[in-house]
Amino acid sequence: MNRNIILSIDWITVLLYFSLISFGTLNLYSATYDESFQNISFFLSPIGKQSIFLFLSLVSGMLLLAIDPKILEPFSNIAYVISLILLLGLFLFGKTVNYSTSWYSFGPISLQPSEFAKIGTILVLGNYLSKIQTDIKKISSQFKIILLIAIPVSFISFQPDLGSALIFIAFFFPLFREGLSQIYLIIFISATVLFLISISYETITTIVIILFLFTIIFLCLRYLNPKIKLWPIIFFMMISIGFSFIVDYGYNELFEQRHRDRIEIFLGKKIDYKGAGYNINQSKIAIGSGGLTGKGFLQGSQTKGNFVPQQHTDYIFSTIGEEWGFIGSSIIIIIYFTLIIKIIISAEKQTRKFRRFFSYSVASLLFIHFLVNIGMSLGISPTIGIPLPFISYGGSCLLAFSMLIFIHLNFDANRLNE
Amino acid sequence: MIRIYFLPFTAILVSVIFILRLVNLQIIDSSYKLLSDNNAVFEQTLFPERGLIFDRNGKVLVSNKSSYDLMGIPENISVFDTIELSNILKVDKKLLVSNLNKARKFSSKLPSIIIPAIPKEINAVIQEKIWKYDGFYLQKKSTRHYPEAVAANILGYVSEVNKNDIKKSTYYQSGDLIGRQGIEKYYENDLRGKKGKKFYQKDRFNRIIGSYENGKFDISPKNSNNLNLTVDLTIQKYGEKLMENKWGGIVAIQPSTGEVLALVSAPSYNPNLLVGRERSKNYSNLSLDTISKPLFDRSLQAQYAPGSPFKTINALVALQEETINDKTVFQCNEGHYYAKGMHMECFCPKGSKNNLIKAIYNSCNTFFANTYRSIIDKNGSPADGLEKWNKYVKSFGLGNYLGYDLPIGKTGFIPNSNYYDYWYNKGGWKSSTIVSNAIGQGEILATPIQMANITAAIANRGYYITPHFVKSDKLLKNKIVSEKKFTLIDSIHYEKVIEGMYQVTERGTAKIAKIKNVKVCGKTGTIENFTKIKDQKVQLTDHSIFIGFAPKENPEIAICVFVENGYWGARWAAPIASLIIEKYLNKEVKRKWLEKRILNGSLLNEYEKPYLGTEFVINE
Repeated sequence: MNRNIILSIDWITVLLYFSLISFGTLNLYSATYDESFQNISFFLSPIGKQSIFLFLSLVSGMLLLAIDPKILEPFSNIAYVISLILLLGLFLFGKTVNYSTSWYSFGPISLQPSEFAKIGTILVLGNYLSKIQTDIKKISSQFKIILLIAIPVSFISFQPDLGSALIFIAFFFPLFREGLSQIYLIIFISATVLFLISISYETITTIVIILFLFTIIFLCLRYLNPKIKLWPIIFFMMISIGFSFIVDYGYNELFEQRHRDRIEIFLGKKIDYKGAGYNINQSKIAIGSGGLTGKGFLQGSQTKGNFVPQQHTDYIFSTIGEEWGFIGSSIIIIIYFTLIIKIIISAEKQTRKFRRFFSYSVASLLFIHFLVNIGMSLGISPTIGIPLPFISYGGSCLLAFSMLIFIHLNFDANRLNE
Repeated sequence: MIRIYFLPFTAILVSVIFILRLVNLQIIDSSYKLLSDNNAVFEQTLFPERGLIFDRNGKVLVSNKSSYDLMGIPENISVFDTIELSNILKVDKKLLVSNLNKARKFSSKLPSIIIPAIPKEINAVIQEKIWKYDGFYLQKKSTRHYPEAVAANILGYVSEVNKNDIKKSTYYQSGDLIGRQGIEKYYENDLRGKKGKKFYQKDRFNRIIGSYENGKFDISPKNSNNLNLTVDLTIQKYGEKLMENKWGGIVAIQPSTGEVLALVSAPSYNPNLLVGRERSKNYSNLSLDTISKPLFDRSLQAQYAPGSPFKTINALVALQEETINDKTVFQCNEGHYYAKGMHMECFCPKGSKNNLIKAIYNSCNTFFANTYRSIIDKNGSPADGLEKWNKYVKSFGLGNYLGYDLPIGKTGFIPNSNYYDYWYNKGGWKSSTIVSNAIGQGEILATPIQMANITAAIANRGYYITPHFVKSDKLLKNKIVSEKKFTLIDSIHYEKVIEGMYQVTERGTAKIAKIKNVKVCGKTGTIENFTKIKDQKVQLTDHSIFIGFAPKENPEIAICVFVENGYWGARWAAPIASLIIEKYLNKEVKRKWLEKRILNGSLLNEYEKPYLGTEFVINE
């Protein structure tokens, strides 16, 4: 590591990173604290395993800070291919936990390649976008981009790990930033709305709602521009109805009951506190019972009683809410938000497309994890099991995101050097 | 522009939404705190074992037996097989279901007793299977046990608190026991101690995983007090046995201390009936018996005309007022005319000349009528005389609550001038109008414990100590003062009356009460009484009463025995009193023939008479 790095490194981001991992470790200790299992070997306990990955993260972080940033760009395609091989290898050598074959197991340590696939995908997309011949406004380029994303996503979906696959939606943000047409934004939002309407209501009702919406849209457009033709509206309407039929079919035939339950709980269709809604409800109780100042470190009764399933992974935020209260929870949200914004600001300063895309993608991935994970714990977004980076238990996630952060720091520090 | 700011603005929006959501969950909505406590904290009530009750010699009267209650928290109860559970518990399924519904109505979050008092055998079975039933648990509780099955009227009973009790005191929770009657009620706070609480941390399978916050909120229970009663188990038991098949009461007091040695009310009941599952059924059976009234404590609550024993009080008042002295003599001719055409009968032979002592042992009505009238007429105005008499009589603890340490009682009645002014108008009555009071018949009413108390006052030659049932002074502090309550009669006057009472058993009306080598003093009574049958006043067989104490010098026991419709005082009351005195002083009864007569004697025929609907003869 040269002196320049030390001088030009973004110490604020470093500080935010370290405050998140130290608070995360402390909190994880509380979430997994079990009086009755104290004689278990430290390195076999969740906190022990997490510490190993923390150490690995810091070591690889130092290395990534020290390397010449230029060597990463040519390395992109190899990284992507390695990611895909690792994902495919799971179908042969993977370990199955909770019906998902998402892990390589080395004794007590497990690795989750889907976390590292994010790095490979960012690199390959960045590399592709920074090529002269790539024009994001062209359909052919868009097709290639979608293909590059779809391959790892489909591999991950077949594990099956829908949560991790859904995270790749985050790439919408950097791509949009790099000039993806606004049509995609409209399609993205419309599709989400249509999806929610389709699964919330019966087929007939859905069609009536679609007809009604399109009539209003048509009347508005007609008012703005009297010459507008009817057929494109009817065309989009037919597509919408077709989409809702596909969603309906997919939802009822392809989704498993547990997925349907999760979505229906989120939509408020099912209130079943002892059944599928149990997790969300217990998480809300844990957070709500924390009050302003929280119950204190190791004092959370919901946490100690293991009322919130997967509390140390997906529902880690409920421990924060219970033990550190409104003050602690808000501080974590603010730190996260600040980190995301800080990375975006740095990204905007990058003149090289590859590096800007990389940093922007890091911010976007962090944001989607932040949105889905905390939203789920607070009961305002659907139950999708993904971790909160730096806070949740999960070595691969910690290692992958640390690598992303340190690569970003490297790019940012070397921005003025070159 | 939109491309650059889209993500940052989305991030700001999401963060703001998250923080607003946190404000709502953690600061505005306080219901989650309670939810989390219900979730994760299991509150166990620690019941201190209810205090034991011993007799004056340390023999156990009330002990505890453990039993289990099936508790349920409706919110946590999930669907279960009601038939299976009711079979295990050996209860009716309907009862189980209706109790569950009641519990739900009471509170879905708080524990309620679903099935109380599960016996040991069933408990062993249910303990193994309780895990199958979410939201249910067993709570150990002790119930009362009465090894001797005596003194139900003194001990009282306990039962579960009802809604009113819970409303009145925050201490009680559904399912707690509370003293309902007798010692259990009066000494509730001492006997119950103070409940403690222990909080446990539960996990989501409702398993207890340790103490909550290292027991920071635990409250250790305060031990209850055991009580030593003044009651002598032997005497109490003996008295209850003697009173079998008779109605009435026995009260025995140690005159020097005011300690109640026995308080018998007949008929009574086995206190074990009011424990456990059959409690409410048994209770309603007892309370529905409105003829023999087993729950009515005749010793404390029955107000009878005191009859001839009251003559001793009139004699003392007259001696104090110096309207008679020990040489005063009145002639009796099988009674006397106390007003024109008004004759009071007496059993003295014609021409008897009675002084005080003879009048007492022969129970001469004529003598006491004159004595009483001399008190009333002393100052010319019968109202003044009666007021003075009233004051004297009340100084014996009559006409008011005695203040003993049991929750029930009656005042009795000692008439004053207002009372007669009301009935006869002012000045419309004279000493002859109220002469029945002379022989304890008229308007005077007293309970057996009051009569025993005046006996103690006589035995003490002029004072009594408020009768009480618990020995330890600590508990009695500020409740009953162990001070001597002096009557308004000088102590020298008592000797004359006591001599008369001694002669009662030596040569008078109650020779049957004489005990070899013990000087027994007493006074018999035979009390006219009436009932109403179809709105008609009907006279019943006279009540049999006896008051007495022994030995004559340094008395150790004062007693009042009251046998309803027993006719002569000497027929039932005097022998019973005498047997108890003998048992108490000599530890054993030598007069087996008398004991046998009493034990085998029954007055049930007598009690049936008014209810048979046919004509009947009294005083056979």
